[in-house]
Amino acid sequence: MTTVIVYSVALLGGMGVLFGLILALASQVFKVETDERLEPMTEALPGANCGGCGFAGCGAFASAVLEGKAPINGCPVGGAPVAAKLAGIMGVEAGETVRKVAQVRCTGGGHDKLRYQYVGIHDCEAAVRLPGGTPMLCSFGCLGMGTCVKYCKFDALSIVDGVAKVDREQCVGCGACVAACPKHVISMVDYDCPIEIPCNSKAPGKEVTKACSNGCIGCNLCAKFCEAKAITVTDFLASVDPAKCTGCGTCVAKCPRKLISMVGGVAAVEEPAAPAAEG
Amino acid sequence: METIFAIALGAILVENYVLVQFLGICPFLGVSKKSDTAIGMGLAVIFVMALASAVTYLVQQLLILLDITYMQTIAFILVIATLVQLVEMFLQKAMPALYTALGVYLPLITTNCAVLGSAVLNTQEGYNFIESVAYGTFAGVGFTLAIVLFANVRERQEFCKCPKAFEGIPIALVSASLLALCFMGFSGLKVW
Repeated sequence: MTTVIVYSVALLGGMGVLFGLILALASQVFKVETDERLEPMTEALPGANCGGCGFAGCGAFASAVLEGKAPINGCPVGGAPVAAKLAGIMGVEAGETVRKVAQVRCTGGGHDKLRYQYVGIHDCEAAVRLPGGTPMLCSFGCLGMGTCVKYCKFDALSIVDGVAKVDREQCVGCGACVAACPKHVISMVDYDCPIEIPCNSKAPGKEVTKACSNGCIGCNLCAKFCEAKAITVTDFLASVDPAKCTGCGTCVAKCPRKLISMVGGVAAVEEPAAPAAEG
Repeated sequence: METIFAIALGAILVENYVLVQFLGICPFLGVSKKSDTAIGMGLAVIFVMALASAVTYLVQQLLILLDITYMQTIAFILVIATLVQLVEMFLQKAMPALYTALGVYLPLITTNCAVLGSAVLNTQEGYNFIESVAYGTFAGVGFTLAIVLFANVRERQEFCKCPKAFEGIPIALVSASLLALCFMGFSGLKVW
């Protein structure tokens, strides 16, 4: 009995020690130099692995920053605070971060103007596969079946009156909905841009008036009256350059379709919007 | 020579570890999304199985000598865990891309029942040293064959229409069972 115990302990103990030695030796031979900054950096990141930075996950982003392949403020979710932390670890300046949020470029003005009644699976991905890519007359608008809501990991999207709505405070700007939307209605915009033009229709004005109650018809009025030259109209669709927009609100007042609005429904900011372009 | 051939045929086709004996299902389903990683996983398993067969054969002789064969399982696990650690260190150094692709499944080879299975079956079948190593190696080849075939099936499946409820793992399980059914065709094949 005792010999069995002694043999067992001796054999297993001996094997343990032997293998331990072999592994210790091997770990010296196969040593991989890892940057000691990698771990604190990965911990500083949000850890949602959303892929908004364009890398496979937070760990991949951290190593990309270390290799200099990604900008230090490349994490759209963490924004400025995370960039500052990373900069602290890397020992460099963070640089400026522009906070981005998703914007649904559709007001749902064309939701009751239908080409046919859709009764299939309640999912945008399914609906776009049917003829025309949409049951609505407007072939650019939000289908409102909530595929983007499913893809949002941060609870920032919801369907309100048949149109996807972004909660600007919840939105972290990862861009998952932009990639998910089969109609490409959602895009990333600057959080600080004072106005929004929530339309995606590149159809000529006549079609738009038929299909939607307030879609952009490309009339050019906003661009004409914008003193800061922040609005351009291409393909019958106005778009705003957030760097130039002063938030004067002229376009909001001039838009014949009542499409352009101040972000968050705030009244036009009272400030002299004359960047002294002519002089 | 004939015995080796018989062992090879048996281990790869007739008694394929994954598809006939249902050992090592975890990496079979986990690492079979891409054929590249599947090949890498297969090679790692072949390496671990071959070495484990050799080392466990010697350990088994020692256990018989000391008359403590009841320690077989724990001793074998110790050997396998060490080998997996070695493979992991080697891969991290030599092939970091494969190392990250395999992820958690690499340390999981430790608990891959196929590896322990080959070690235990070696002793049960009473193979000698060379036969043991051959059996371990070819069982690993069988595992690789199954996982690479399955990975190719799954790669094509990505582009197929599939009912929503079956997407992902469910359809993978259905195809795995069909693949296993194919391998049942080899049952009864014997070259002695």
